[in-house]
Amino acid sequence: MSLHILTPGPLALVEDLGRPGFAHLGVSASGALDRSALRLANRLVGNPQDAAGIEITMGLLEARFDAPTWFAITGAEGDVLLVRDGVPASSVPLAVATHAEAGDRIEFGPARHGVRFYLAVRGGIDGAPTLGSRSSDTLSGLGPAPLSAGQTLALGAEPERAIPSADALTVWAPRDDTVVIDVVEGPRTDRFDSHTRDAFFETTWSMSASSNRVGARLDGPPLPVARGAELPSEGMVAGSIQIPPSGLPTILLADHPVTGGYPVIAVVSDASLDAFAQVRPGQHVRFRHAH
Amino acid sequence: MRFLPCGDRAVLVECDSQSAVLGLHGALAASRPPGIIELVPAARTVLVVVKPRVIALETTRTWIERAAQGGTPERRADAGSPVVVIDTVYDGDDLAPLADILGVSAREIVERHTAAEWDVAFSGFAPGFAYLVSADWPFDVPRLDSPRTRVPRGSVALAADFSGVYPRESPGGWQLIGRTDAELWNDTADPPALLVPGGRVRFREVAP
Repeated sequence: MSLHILTPGPLALVEDLGRPGFAHLGVSASGALDRSALRLANRLVGNPQDAAGIEITMGLLEARFDAPTWFAITGAEGDVLLVRDGVPASSVPLAVATHAEAGDRIEFGPARHGVRFYLAVRGGIDGAPTLGSRSSDTLSGLGPAPLSAGQTLALGAEPERAIPSADALTVWAPRDDTVVIDVVEGPRTDRFDSHTRDAFFETTWSMSASSNRVGARLDGPPLPVARGAELPSEGMVAGSIQIPPSGLPTILLADHPVTGGYPVIAVVSDASLDAFAQVRPGQHVRFRHAH
Repeated sequence: MRFLPCGDRAVLVECDSQSAVLGLHGALAASRPPGIIELVPAARTVLVVVKPRVIALETTRTWIERAAQGGTPERRADAGSPVVVIDTVYDGDDLAPLADILGVSAREIVERHTAAEWDVAFSGFAPGFAYLVSADWPFDVPRLDSPRTRVPRGSVALAADFSGVYPRESPGGWQLIGRTDAELWNDTADPPALLVPGGRVRFREVAP
């Protein structure tokens, strides 16, 4: 059982729910940025929620199923076609288990809403785990390299669970308008005066194109922060919103360095991290207190 | 010791000194309850990341307070742990210019570096990159004005009051004083890092 990659698109990575527990050795958890989307895709094909799938950034991946297989796509939204004998056979619905025959090709168009598609295949993506996870960590280099054309991915054994019936499942595409992200207090909130804190919450930020799995950068009017406001390195969590001397927030994501020296004004709530992972370059973001 | 909020599934504990961080990290590691996902020591802090469904942040704070009382907050690295010896060839590109900056001979840097007993204070930057501190080390070393784009794997380096070894080729701004063949990181070993927080290290000079 295998999946043959014809074209990976701009960036396609094997991701599961990551490798927590090694931050004291310099390794962040990594794993899918939109964890709920990966979990859902796995559930739809009867996989354990932490099975490895493919995180497809902005779409444009093309792959061929080498055997009859169930698969599901979640996360971003865009046109995905199932091509049989060289002819488009059907358009693949989002968040539904779909069956492919041996030789069928799956072709992702560009993401129209959101950024990251998740493709789960029944059995999960196989391969030797690194420190208990098959995730690609783009910062540390642990886990499989980004997918490349011509690569064949082995699939794991058929799970025991049947394909669940999910007729009533309602899934919305990621929003295109301003995304409101819940944050909670950060360790260095008190380093910023009330004027700066207010400006942080009142600004409508826009997602920078220079964002990746290590961190997202926001554009907007720079916050008035004191120069030389660095700290001795301290542990960082995914969702930490650092304010460097530029005054423009950087939000650390799954592949972040385990420590950092810029003060953290607030931390994205765990529940909001998945929505944040789907914010497109140029899209607007506002922050609000979670409580 | 001071608790700082850090989102909805972590707490950052700020200590008075690097040695207090080592002591607290050791005490926490020794009494770790279920639901603690990460314990990350750093220069002045220990980050504690939890699985909130297993242990609440309130409970976590109570555990940390108790562990700090029962432990020895000012101790150095675990005196009972074996010393990792790192065989080093002291021929780094920055050794001579650094000696000029510090106003000592290159020989003195090497002798003090090999005489010192180093503690693994924390990790970061790359898998297996350990920040080593030593009470026996007198120098405060400036970072390079412009970081190198490529530092060879195994480079033994200095910055501020830290020493470290690059586990693999990477960019880097530390001053390079030597090199080692020691394997700093191995994905399949347990633990995968040669130098773990709380461990002890000595550098031994060897011929090229």
